Amino acid sequence: MSDDYNFAYLDEQTKRMIRRAILKALAVPGYQVPFASREMPMPYGWGTGGVQVTAATLTPDDRLKVIDQGADDTTNAVSIRKFFERTAGVEVVTSTSEASIIQTRHRIPEEPLSDDQILVYQVPIPEPLRFLEPRESETRKMHALEEYGLMHVKLYEDIARHGHIATAYAYPVKVEGRYVMDPSPIPKFDNPKMEMAAIQLFGAGREQRIYALPPWTRVVSLDFEDHPFDPSKAEHPCALCGAADSYLDEVITDDQGGRMFVCSDTDYCESRRAAGHRGELAEDAA
Amino acid sequence: MTPLLSVRNITKRYGPHLGCGDISFDLYPGEVMGIVGESGSGKSTLLNCLATHIPADSGQVIFDTRADGPRDVLRMPEAARRMLSRTDWAFVHQHARDGLRMGVSAGGNIGERLMAVGGRNYGTIRAAAGDWLGRVEISESRIDDRPSTFSGGMQQRLQIARNLVTGPRLIFMDEPTGGLDVSVQARLLDLLRGLVRDMGLSAIVVTHDLAVVRLLAHRLMVMKDGHVVESGLTDQVLDDPQHGYTQLLVSSVLQV
Amino acid sequence: MIRISDVSKTFTLHNQGGAEIAVMAGAALQVAPGECVALTGSSGAGKSTLMRMIYGNYLAAGGAIHVGDTDVTRAEPRKILAMRREVLGYVSQFLRVVPRVPTLDVVAEPLLMLGAGPDEARDRAASLLRRLRIPENLWPLSPTTFSGGEQQRVNIARGFCHEYPALLLDEPTASLDAANRETVLSLIEEAKARGAAIVGIFHDEAARNRVCDREIDVSGFTPAKAA
Repeated sequence: MSDDYNFAYLDEQTKRMIRRAILKALAVPGYQVPFASREMPMPYGWGTGGVQVTAATLTPDDRLKVIDQGADDTTNAVSIRKFFERTAGVEVVTSTSEASIIQTRHRIPEEPLSDDQILVYQVPIPEPLRFLEPRESETRKMHALEEYGLMHVKLYEDIARHGHIATAYAYPVKVEGRYVMDPSPIPKFDNPKMEMAAIQLFGAGREQRIYALPPWTRVVSLDFEDHPFDPSKAEHPCALCGAADSYLDEVITDDQGGRMFVCSDTDYCESRRAAGHRGELAEDAA
Repeated sequence: MTPLLSVRNITKRYGPHLGCGDISFDLYPGEVMGIVGESGSGKSTLLNCLATHIPADSGQVIFDTRADGPRDVLRMPEAARRMLSRTDWAFVHQHARDGLRMGVSAGGNIGERLMAVGGRNYGTIRAAAGDWLGRVEISESRIDDRPSTFSGGMQQRLQIARNLVTGPRLIFMDEPTGGLDVSVQARLLDLLRGLVRDMGLSAIVVTHDLAVVRLLAHRLMVMKDGHVVESGLTDQVLDDPQHGYTQLLVSSVLQV
Repeated sequence: MIRISDVSKTFTLHNQGGAEIAVMAGAALQVAPGECVALTGSSGAGKSTLMRMIYGNYLAAGGAIHVGDTDVTRAEPRKILAMRREVLGYVSQFLRVVPRVPTLDVVAEPLLMLGAGPDEARDRAASLLRRLRIPENLWPLSPTTFSGGEQQRVNIARGFCHEYPALLLDEPTASLDAANRETVLSLIEEAKARGAAIVGIFHDEAARNRVCDREIDVSGFTPAKAA
């Protein structure tokens, strides 16, 4: 740990300010709380919102896991993990069950989280109504007055154009029967997992918003009666661990059109293989 | 009989300039009132005050709500007022672009109000949208096209369909036939007359086209410099105008 | 049914130096149910003006005009509209309709306005159009393109579609051939027989003598020339 920084990079006043925003967000699930987002030593789009929430949440005893698209070993995940190793000196882990705080971009881990864990999402555009209503003054009013018809216009357009709801990620949800919320760009496959034991915090750095879901908050994906929400995923088992219930990445293996489907959650895949599960393309027993 | 809308002493100033002054009238269910006058006479200002698009300086706009009877719309909570303007009220803008979502398909534009009041069945919403496209003479095959690919006249018809789909009781119209072909104007006037008759619809129509008010409006208010100079039965005001300004207005129309 | 007392009418031409033209004073008239009264007088004497005042189309400057329970000179616009819907029909010399509306619907509209079922209203309209010899192939077309005589007959059919308790007829037989003239006169006689109070303008003297019970010369209501 470097002594040149305050614990977890941010000064104590800033962390307090962010914690107040987090508490407010937890008190009003799904509501976007504005906060004074700081300049972080990384570009916008690299998780500045999530990093600030994580920084305000970390204690020296925490074990931090960072994933990007489910993987612990991608650039974004590695650099954020290094950032907190250096500025907070906390223990970093890749095992989902061992982590106390998990910062994520675009996925929820496959393994169910428990009530002593916190999941922190990096959010690019927190406003689910933005693509249809560009005025912030108007979208705030729409949230305040619960005017969410426009959200269904978006889904209507999807069905009209594609024959089904083609929104596959950042699929809008209604929280505890009140606020419509963007779940960040997680696949819709993950939406049902959002009713979980862990606390979920969402940070958008550029847009300066924090929102949250307390444990076991009711989260309903929007849909039509005759076009119900369908959290489907690719119809394959994982080629490495054989899991049939996990979200898969398609990996191109050569330039002849060869491809394989593998778990996007690398920790999940590895622990399954360690337990002896094998997919059809797995190299023989380790 | 309770008026659907009671307007009392509505005044709006723009600094020292009077937008409209001390306007009062009652509108009963099924009545269509025309407001005529030249540009700057205050007719659009009045319409926008009534529709709560701009705040009036003083006065009351009392609407006979379905749930709670007569209520002053200007003093309603914003949520109730916005709900009213999505359900029982409609506003047809002069420029269709102001009243449409240009990035959303024709079907989505029409369906929006249905979804806003809780419509959650795609098939039903789409069927209603198709039906209303037909009623405003737009081919149902255009249901998934965006309004930006429509002609000006079609956009205006789409706007009217989008507004009428929830079966509102009061429609505000600002120069509704302004940009339309003569033949389309006639069809729309006929459509609007039919709706007024069949649904007991009321309307306030701002226009400078005396032919439109003669065919559509039961009553007429003539405005000049922010004030109502004459009002009465449409045919009486047009055929036997009492005020000098109205006489000038009527005699200025070219006879075809 | 129709009671007119001391009605006067002035036109003020604000854009021509505020000239005031008094065209009628002291007009009085009573029409009982089942009675037909003809307005006579030379052209410009004020026959049409009086008729328009009864209909509420022109504002009376003074006096009272009662049609049934409605005082046309004082009633709110919606009361006058209700009176026009239910009580007082008017067959003018000009047909004014929304373009592109089929003839059958133009004729049926007065009944539809009263809440009649579309089928019932169209049946009634069809029987009138048939009596007035409008060829059936014209019914789906708008009357705006019809000849003057055809338009006049459509106008009459529209005026007789609802059985108004009171009727105003402005030259109902003008520009009609003998057969149609006969039909219109029988329509008027039928209306009288069911108790309608009728005020009419007939230049056709034979027609006037046949259907009218009395004549009122409106020249008698011409005001004395202002000094």
